[in-house]
Amino acid sequence: MENLLWVIPALPFLGAILLVLFGSRLPRSGVAALGVGSVGVAALSTVLLGLQFLAERPAFYHQEVWQWFNVAGFRPSVAFHLDALSMVFIFVITFVGFLIHVYSTAYMAEETDFSRFFACMNLFVGSMLLLVMADNLLLLYMGWEGVGLCSYLLIGFWYKEPANGYAARKAFTITRVGDTAMAIGLFLLFQLFGTLNIQAILTDAPQVWQVGAGGALLVALLLLGGAVGKSGQLPLQTWLPDAMAGPTPVSALIHAATMVTAGVYLIARMYVIFELAPVAQLTVAVVGAVTLLVAGFSALTQYDLKRVLAYSTISQIGYMFLALGVGAWSAGIFHFMIHAFFKALLFLCAGAIILALHHQQDMRQMGGLRKSMPVVFWTFLIGAASLAALPIITAGFYSKDQILWYTLAGPSGSVWLYAAGLAGAFLTSIYTFRMVFMTFYGAPKTPVAHPPGKAITVPLVILAVLSLAGGFIELPHNFGHVALFSDLLAPVLPGIRAAQALEANEWLFQVLAAVVSLGGVLVAYLYYQQSPALLQRLERSNFAMRLHRFWFSGWGFDALYNTLFVRPYVYLAHLNKGDVIDSFYTGVARLAEGFHVMLSQTQSGVLRNYVMGVVVGAIMILTISLLL
Amino acid sequence: MSTVSLEAALLLAGVLFMLGLVGVLIRRNIIFMLISVEIMLNAAGLAFIVAGTRWVQPDGQVMFIFILTMAAAEVSVGLALILQIYHQLKTLNSDAANIMKG
Repeated sequence: MENLLWVIPALPFLGAILLVLFGSRLPRSGVAALGVGSVGVAALSTVLLGLQFLAERPAFYHQEVWQWFNVAGFRPSVAFHLDALSMVFIFVITFVGFLIHVYSTAYMAEETDFSRFFACMNLFVGSMLLLVMADNLLLLYMGWEGVGLCSYLLIGFWYKEPANGYAARKAFTITRVGDTAMAIGLFLLFQLFGTLNIQAILTDAPQVWQVGAGGALLVALLLLGGAVGKSGQLPLQTWLPDAMAGPTPVSALIHAATMVTAGVYLIARMYVIFELAPVAQLTVAVVGAVTLLVAGFSALTQYDLKRVLAYSTISQIGYMFLALGVGAWSAGIFHFMIHAFFKALLFLCAGAIILALHHQQDMRQMGGLRKSMPVVFWTFLIGAASLAALPIITAGFYSKDQILWYTLAGPSGSVWLYAAGLAGAFLTSIYTFRMVFMTFYGAPKTPVAHPPGKAITVPLVILAVLSLAGGFIELPHNFGHVALFSDLLAPVLPGIRAAQALEANEWLFQVLAAVVSLGGVLVAYLYYQQSPALLQRLERSNFAMRLHRFWFSGWGFDALYNTLFVRPYVYLAHLNKGDVIDSFYTGVARLAEGFHVMLSQTQSGVLRNYVMGVVVGAIMILTISLLL
Repeated sequence: MSTVSLEAALLLAGVLFMLGLVGVLIRRNIIFMLISVEIMLNAAGLAFIVAGTRWVQPDGQVMFIFILTMAAAEVSVGLALILQIYHQLKTLNSDAANIMKG
């Protein structure tokens, strides 16, 4: 089975190629079978591989398929490396990706570009698998750019609307800023180590650098730049809310299983370099903490259902960065996995709602859907509970509590990071249940047109089960000794120990986290369900409305970037409309034209002038030859 | 045989050449221009003869015979052209032939 590693990324690529070549000639059922089947078989192989992996417990599986090229001693190969970390990722990518594909067959059923959609989705999954399975950074970078391309193609899927094309270009351009930083980081790594093989770099790095070395810091910060761009963290987060222009399954795929988790993967994969640069690691934690607060406040004010979820993703990825930043590597990856389950679930539910309400995305126009869409209601409620980390029953509680605990009690934890995380948890449960109350409770405002079918509800139920039960594989220490997930990751990522002084009081902080998340639900209930008068009083206050507008616009980042970068660039482009460089070449052409006119004047037809020309020429030649 | 100095002979050739050249330049009548060209050719031929005598080489005379032959051919073509020009334009003024400019 380990010799068939290449099959897993190859299947979605094959599906994409076949769909591109023959998709337009196949019937819809054929396209769906091909698009879903390729990811489905990949998911099946992943499960088989995973079972073998769990049984054998090797350090890693490795398979070299072929050597990519060989230039001046630089020999990157197309080789796959599978250890526990990539195992978790490929499981989430193929399995959640498969459910999203199944869902898409129903969601996109009315679309004309059915095969283009599935081709792009397959390519997306394939690129992401390439990214997480690559054994060298060059191949990883190829997958990295592949997901960037697919996000562009899919965000702009409905390209006839100019706004969607703009959102797609925005996502592409902003993530490119991070990619450039990452590329420079890779050049530096190659210059220092002479190879881009990940395992070789991770082994050599501690010999080359002392802890706190400047080189490690530089490389770590450049890699962080790449991660920040792809994962939508500060200061490159602005593309993610606009990426909601794409179809909802695309948002689910980007947010849960593919693109935005690439940054988390990159940092976890290169953890040795980050451990050698404590300043960079602290930066990761701070970026995560600040981002989760910024995005949380923005999520609180949005009315578009999908934009709330987008900001919530930014905020949850912030938690993962926070965990990675304090060295709780497996906690970050655990939250990634649980987040993939409940975020895919929430997006797919949101898609079902949007489809049922004729592409209505404004939560103010929803309401009362609890009765008319019971399956969607219950699954959404489970996803929301998991996102808000309601204690004991949801998976989100176990993953988020672990992160919060280590930000306080871990060796590089601090009260400030913990406070930010706790405040973020409070915000999370407020905006999550604001969403629940606005959408499913109250009076119905828009009639339900299409009740969801089986292809939509079955993935929802599966994801809902995972969002509840997924947490039980990793329990806090005082809940008994179940640590399957961190045991699995232990050979790949270093473990973390909590400070002795705090360990006895762990339950106190768990109660605190539980109270905070329940308190958030209570606040949302008070404001959006119990007494709307409270909300109206808030709306009358001038300060609150100003703050609302500020948060609604995403803390003014778009306006800032417009003023700082877009406007000056457009201004310069406008100034140089005639192209300065081009004018040089135009000048050469004009000069030649002038000479042409002058010379054609001399062709007068007067014989004596010609003779005169010959004479003058001869005299000039004679003079020159005499002078020289 | 009385000897003529090289300088005097070349001076004569130069003067003849310049006279012919000035004739080509200032004359408007196309027949006169042709005659002036002939004078220039003869001046060149004289220079060849003088040089050949100076170095006691037959090459100068060979070249003169070439020039004579060439001049004969040139005159026959030139006269034919003059006839045609006169036939077309009813004038021998060379400036009138500028209708041939490309």
